[in-house]
Amino acid sequence: MTDAPLLKVRDVSKFYGARIGCRNVSFELWPGEVLAIVGESGSGKTTLLNCLATRLMPTSGTIEYRMRDGQMRDLAHMGEAERRFLMRTDWGFVHQNPADGLRMAVSAGANVGERLMAVGQRHYGNIRATAGDWLRRVEIEVDRIDDQPRAFSGGMRQRLQIARNLVTSPRLVFMDEPTGGLDVSVQARLLDLVRNLVHDLGLSAIIVTHDLAVARLLSHRMMVMKDGQVIEQGLTDRVLDDPREAYTQLLVSSILQV
Amino acid sequence: MNAVSTELATYNFAYLDEQTKRMIRRAILKAIAIPGYQVPFASREMPMPYGWGTGGVQVTAAILGPDDVLKVIDQGADDTTNAVSIRAFFKKVANMAVTTKTGEATIIQTRHRIPEEKLTAGQTLVYQVPIPEPLRFLEPRETETRKMHALEEYGLMHVKLYEDIARNGHIATTYAYPVKVEGRYVMDPSPTPKFDNPKMHMSEALQLFGAGREKRIYAVPPYTEVVSLDFEDHPFEIQTFDKPCALCGAENVYLDEVVLDDKGGRMFVCSDTDHCEDRRDHGHCGTMLAYDKETAR
Amino acid sequence: MATPLVVSEVAKSFTMHLRDGVCLPVVSDVSFSVKAGECVVLGGPSGIGKSSLLKMVYGNYGVDGGQILVEHEGRTIDLASADPRTVLAVRRVTLGYVSQFLRVVPRVAAIDVVAEPLVAGGELPASARERAEAMLARLNLPRELWQLPPATFSGGEQQRVNIARGFITDHRILLLDEPTASLDIKNREVVVDMIEEKKRAGVALLGIFHDEDVRTKVADRIVDVSAFSPRRAA
Repeated sequence: MTDAPLLKVRDVSKFYGARIGCRNVSFELWPGEVLAIVGESGSGKTTLLNCLATRLMPTSGTIEYRMRDGQMRDLAHMGEAERRFLMRTDWGFVHQNPADGLRMAVSAGANVGERLMAVGQRHYGNIRATAGDWLRRVEIEVDRIDDQPRAFSGGMRQRLQIARNLVTSPRLVFMDEPTGGLDVSVQARLLDLVRNLVHDLGLSAIIVTHDLAVARLLSHRMMVMKDGQVIEQGLTDRVLDDPREAYTQLLVSSILQV
Repeated sequence: MNAVSTELATYNFAYLDEQTKRMIRRAILKAIAIPGYQVPFASREMPMPYGWGTGGVQVTAAILGPDDVLKVIDQGADDTTNAVSIRAFFKKVANMAVTTKTGEATIIQTRHRIPEEKLTAGQTLVYQVPIPEPLRFLEPRETETRKMHALEEYGLMHVKLYEDIARNGHIATTYAYPVKVEGRYVMDPSPTPKFDNPKMHMSEALQLFGAGREKRIYAVPPYTEVVSLDFEDHPFEIQTFDKPCALCGAENVYLDEVVLDDKGGRMFVCSDTDHCEDRRDHGHCGTMLAYDKETAR
Repeated sequence: MATPLVVSEVAKSFTMHLRDGVCLPVVSDVSFSVKAGECVVLGGPSGIGKSSLLKMVYGNYGVDGGQILVEHEGRTIDLASADPRTVLAVRRVTLGYVSQFLRVVPRVAAIDVVAEPLVAGGELPASARERAEAMLARLNLPRELWQLPPATFSGGEQQRVNIARGFITDHRILLLDEPTASLDIKNREVVVDMIEEKKRAGVALLGIFHDEDVRTKVADRIVDVSAFSPRRAA
């Protein structure tokens, strides 16, 4: 852990015309830290995530990122080329629907290898070896390396998407409902995998989820959003075990117990 | 001849009106200024269907002068339908000199081949291009491919080659093999065999590419670096042929397979018909020709 | 002697928004401290707020006022006002907690659940596992269970995994929330021994023990939580 934040977010707002996407969100994310953004559909959590990941331009506010050289850079003032380079090297983005984050018509190996080729790797054998290595890490049989993801199950696709994102050793990964749409047993496997990868690689991550169990398992810290605003934030177990706000108490008390 | 010219009095020289030619020339100049970059242009309806060379024809029409000598080839041949029709078209609408000899031509319009004879300074090669975008089959969004070109994000091109090797053990792309032009833009050389790719590199002739349906023009100016993409451990290679041309005995040329009968008889001959004829005129002789002569005797 | 844990004038209430915002006071003006090598036991009838108090000290519950001061890497940190990052750092290095129930992580083997705090602290997985095995053996957890995820274990087995996980580290402060509740006599004795060892090692322990036998064996001092409860007046 270093003593400087990786991401500094100040007063970020996004309006869709008169409608509020998210409003006045501020926080800092530190290296190795996992932040969960929770809230129900329409609370603005995905809008916020997309603003942070520069997939949407915020209406106001600043987002600064500490580059590998240690400099804090305002993402809005970065050129598009540099921003896109950042996105495919130092960042990852895991979509809820793996089809949005994968190339469904090319093989698993090429899906994982694409980022390597994008940063200039030109040795087929090495690229393939690295891809195979990553398939193993996300528990996909290496003999599936030449299969297309359309032949994969939902859980495998999601794991492939994660491998594809992590192959360049990013420092920050955004995840949008990574376990949404998966069976419970498949979810558990994925959560365990993500938890270990985050720990082993020292990743920072921002995870949007409506599932408080996912937040508890994966995150150190969480933010609760309602109507576009962060209404409560803090240590994950404190927010879940001792919620202060009425809405958070409602959310926590609405969890089904098994 | 006279009757023909009066009949065509309503057409401008080389079919297109001067304003259109000017528009196309501007696109060509821009394309030459930015080697490999696809310049959009207002492609016109031509009196032939798309896929028959409407892009190439418009480029040729825009650069033709009365003193030019035009050669048209289709897969290397001067005598196939497409080549004959386009040659006849320009003869009619520009009333100009045409040839089948590579060395005599100032402008060569081509579909899918580069002549075997080395092109020289002052010559222009005009390619007919069906799909100008090399990234198209991997990324269907035009907005995205343009951005990728703008930002030089070409990792995807290697994804395609990776898939080739993964599936076939080697790079199986044999035509429309992607190249990088002057270290900047990745370009589709049109569906020429990869055999011809090295001829594009540092060519003395100007190379222009026209895609009529897709409304794009791009160019490789003379003496420009054109490098075929590859992997360090799977370097770019051109096709090789076991035997020389059956008619003229030429080696190190691109050959077409010709089926002779329904008993499996076949021969391999030069795809460049002019090159083949020229060699035969100079006394070169392949196995098949020698055999023919034998039996004739 | 060093005093790694000081609780000063801490107050806590719950506001139940789902019940028309009714405010339930839990404790107020809580002040006590735990010295190194000492085991302080929170006493008082059930429901008086012992468990809540322990959770406040761990940072799991927020507080309304007061300070919770811990010695962490040569500095004094107020957990009541520290940011989440600091709380996590204190938990990783200084402050351990054995809860009543094991929060099970899917798919993770018992041995790895136990070794995890060591690995998180930077120890190599192999040596962490070795120490975890020693802990589980000492607590008499059948060897064939070690490689299984504890989700399907009995209450007592889960409890022992939990204790092993809590005691394996070298934290200077250890919080114990009824660690012996579902154990048999033999294993209760093991835990008592382990607590004694921690005391000898200079660890400050704060715990809740309902079992009188265990309590009298380990407690150096009992802090009566009912003295801080609003119910004392009632």
